[in-house]
Order: sequence, then structure tokens, then C-alpha cells
Amino acid sequence: MTDMRTAFIDTANALLDENPRTALVLADISVAQFASASHRHPDRVLNVGIREQLMIGVAGGLALTGLRPIAHSYATFLVDRAYEQIKLDLDHQGVGAVLVSIGASYDGSAEGRTHQSPGDVALFDSLGDGWTVRVPGHPDEVAPLLRNAATSDDPIYLRLSEQRNAEAYPDATGLRVIRRGLTNAPLVVAVGPMLDPTVAATEGMDVTVAYTHTPRPLDTPGLRALANTDVVLVEPYLAGTSSALVSRALADVPHRLLALGVGQTDLRRYGDPADHARWHGLDADGLRRSISGFLGSVGG
Amino acid sequence: MTTTLPTDSSARLPGLIRRLTGDEKHAPSAHSTTDVLQVLYDRVLRVTPDTADDPQRDRFLLSKGHGPAAYYAVLAAHGFIPDAWLDDLAGPASRLGHHPDRLLVPGVEIGSGSLGHGLGLAVGTALGLRAQGLLNPRVYVLLGDAELDEGSNHEAIAYAGATGLDSLTAIVVDNSSASHGWAGGIASRFTVNGWTADTVDGRNHEALYAALTGHRPRHPHLVVARTESKG
Repeated sequence: MTDMRTAFIDTANALLDENPRTALVLADISVAQFASASHRHPDRVLNVGIREQLMIGVAGGLALTGLRPIAHSYATFLVDRAYEQIKLDLDHQGVGAVLVSIGASYDGSAEGRTHQSPGDVALFDSLGDGWTVRVPGHPDEVAPLLRNAATSDDPIYLRLSEQRNAEAYPDATGLRVIRRGLTNAPLVVAVGPMLDPTVAATEGMDVTVAYTHTPRPLDTPGLRALANTDVVLVEPYLAGTSSALVSRALADVPHRLLALGVGQTDLRRYGDPADHARWHGLDADGLRRSISGFLGSVGG
Repeated sequence: MTTTLPTDSSARLPGLIRRLTGDEKHAPSAHSTTDVLQVLYDRVLRVTPDTADDPQRDRFLLSKGHGPAAYYAVLAAHGFIPDAWLDDLAGPASRLGHHPDRLLVPGVEIGSGSLGHGLGLAVGTALGLRAQGLLNPRVYVLLGDAELDEGSNHEAIAYAGATGLDSLTAIVVDNSSASHGWAGGIASRFTVNGWTADTVDGRNHEALYAALTGHRPRHPHLVVARTESKG
């Protein structure tokens, strides 16, 4: 079955053929997968070598001339390392790009901290409210999101992961109800690949589970419509990344918020992504413990 | 497109710079970039206020955004901005700050200030023009010798040289302000990566003109403009 990275590569290859505005900037990651595209479009498939600051600077320059750049690497190199280039070479110049990352959170569990970036979405929040952040939960959500991104000039971050749900919901830009609880049921919002563990964790509980692949801008009207007193966020990146947005959206209504996600501490452990999910309390058992404790009942 | 006819802004620049700085004592040469900017805008760049958004225009990117007085004065001398803007530098309603913002100032191609961003943007601009078949415009980017301390420049120097990005000219104004100097010279950092380079007296307009138009096919070009040490 196709994974998200392959879905990105297939779609980006097609976009390069279809749309002369599309340009791809790489920094030695995924270069082989674009070898034939680079023969067909040598001026629009650009590998700058292991130079991520330059990758974003080049993307900014391409956008200044009217092209639509896509820049791609591991999240930690694309976002963390090139943060000031994103801030200045894109945002401050008033131009956008599509930034497509792989290696979300602890996908690179065996590689260690150097290859992990659980704080990437929080970094985009620090840049203001201009960025759209897409966190697909299924490979079939990737192509429509990338195609949509390629047609605009907006700044868009597409965060790909090896973690995935069983089912795709390409239309879940806003909060999409996956399971509806009874009247006044607590609301559990799952972002991207956290949906399946969240559904498993809340089995038998009277909660409403809503899903989105687009945490920025967060669907705050949808949140206000679905939320009652208790709200739980389950995010696949740093815990609490969306807390401020939820608090702002619900500022005028009494509410309690539990924000679950990746912990801030460098665990200094390897293992596989399932181990890290467990250590961060993001597997179904861990989520169930946290959510049950917060809601004050063990549920079914 | 209309190209810039040779003009001479020397008579107007001292007064314009004084309006910015309020400094009656120092000549324009107190600003290390004045002569390079004057030669570029008077004689080299094919861009005017009327063609400031024309895809076929030459691009000038000021990477070294510090001390932009000479830049603003040259832009005013060439009609990109009204002279009156110079009277309120960095005031609360001013469009001109201590670092230029491309969204606020007509004719300014990039917002700069944090060092080490202009060369990467210039490389991307040159690549974007080439990819759209815009082969006439040239991309000029001005840096300072101390700015070269930033490692991001060296990413761009190596890549532009390796790929023979020959529509790009970098200008390094060298007033010996890098804390640890550049043993072996500035030009060698570029030429070892495949750039051509001319090192000239940064006050000599004829030498600057020759260097700024001295690019060769298949290589990005460097002009090192030496001025007196900051002291």
C-alpha cells in the first residue's frame, strides 16, 4: 500500500509535468525519486545539496519571480534548522511556499533526537497566523492536499508521517464528526494519524470524536459548535500546541481542556514508533487512561 | 522594455543623504556602499520606477541591510521614492526603517537586515527567472565582508558556483569589518567554487563599472569593492 511519502512523490512528479509554475527544491532527500523529473524539467527540479538554509532561500527567490516552490526534507532539517529562513526568506518577503516534511515526531525513533521534530507545528504558530498546516492521517489525503496547495500562493506546511489511520477523510479540513456522543458529551478532537488510536481509546465512552487533517487554521466555528464543557485534544506533535487556540475559541464559555500529544522531554531512547507512542501515552491504552482520568470515569 | 539611460546622481546624493542622517559633517563617502550603488543605478541596472514590477527588469538585492542611507538616497535620486520620505527615517509613520522592507518601499526587491539571507534569495531569483525563460535580467546582490561570516552565504557560494549560475553577480563591499578577517582574501572563497572575480577600488567609478559589467559566460561573478577600513 502506498505510504504518504510515495503519495507526495507521485503527486509532485505529476504537478511538475502539468504546471509550469511548479518548482521543487530538495536538499539531497528524495532526490532519486525525482531523477526522471529532473531530466524532464532541469530548471524546475533543483537539488541544492545538504544545504537547508539555501533550500528555503532558493524557495523564497523562486516565489519572488512568480513560481510556486515546493521544498521538501525531514521536518527537523526543513523547519527547525531553517526556521529563520522560513521567517525571513518567505514570510517577511511576503511570499509563500509549500513545505513538505517527512519524519514527523518520532517516525525516526531509531534515528534518535537528531532526526525528530515534535515541535514543528509550534514553530509555525510562532510565525503568526499566515500558515496553513496540513497533517494528513492517511496517504489518500496527501494528493488532494498537495494539489490544492500547488494552486495557491499561500504559505502551506504539509506534515507527512509513517503513522496512519485505516480510513481516509480527504474532506476533513474542518472538524469532521467520526462518532457522535449523547447530548452534552465531551468532545475529543483527533488530529491526523491520532484518529485511530483515539477511536480505539474511547471505545464505549460517551464522547464525540471529531477529526481534522488541518490544525491551522483550526476550525474554531466547528469547535464551538461541537464543544460542551469537556474538550480533549489529541495531537501527533508537541502536547498543548493547539491549547491556546482552543482556549481563545472557547474563552467566553466555561470549559475544561486536556491537551495530549508528544511530551517535551528528549527521551534519549530508540526503539520503534510504537514504543515512543506508548512512552508518550499516545497509544490506545495510554490515551484511554488519560482521557478516562480527565473525564472522571472509566467508561465502558 | 525601457532601459535606464546613463544618469549622474552625484550632484543630488550628498543632499539626499543629509536629509536622512541630519549629518552635515560627513561626505557621502562615509557610507561604504555609496559608490557601488551610484554606479549600479546610474549606469548598470536596467530598472526604472516604471519597470519596477516588469519581469524583464534587472534585480538588485541589498543583502547587507544595515545602514541603508545610501540605498534610500539612490532610490530617491532615481525617482523610486519621493525625496520627502527621507526626512523621517524610522519614524512611526515612515516607510523607511533602519533596515529596508520590500513591502513598504517601491524598488526594494527584498527586505533585509538579518545578515546572510540575500545571497540565497538571489540564487533562487536567478533560478526562477531562468526557469521561466527570462534570460535577459541579471541579478545583483550586495553583501558586506563581515556578513560573509554567516554560514548561509557559503551554502549559496558553493551551489551557485557548482551549477554555473551565470546570471548572478555578487558584490562584496570590503571595509575590513570582519572580526577575524578573511585570510587569503575574499575572492578566493568564491573563485575556488567556480566564480569569476574582480577586486577593485570601491571608490573608483570606472573600475567599479568595468567590474560590475565584467561577468563571463557559465560562471557567477563576484565584485569585491574595497573601501577604507571602518576604523
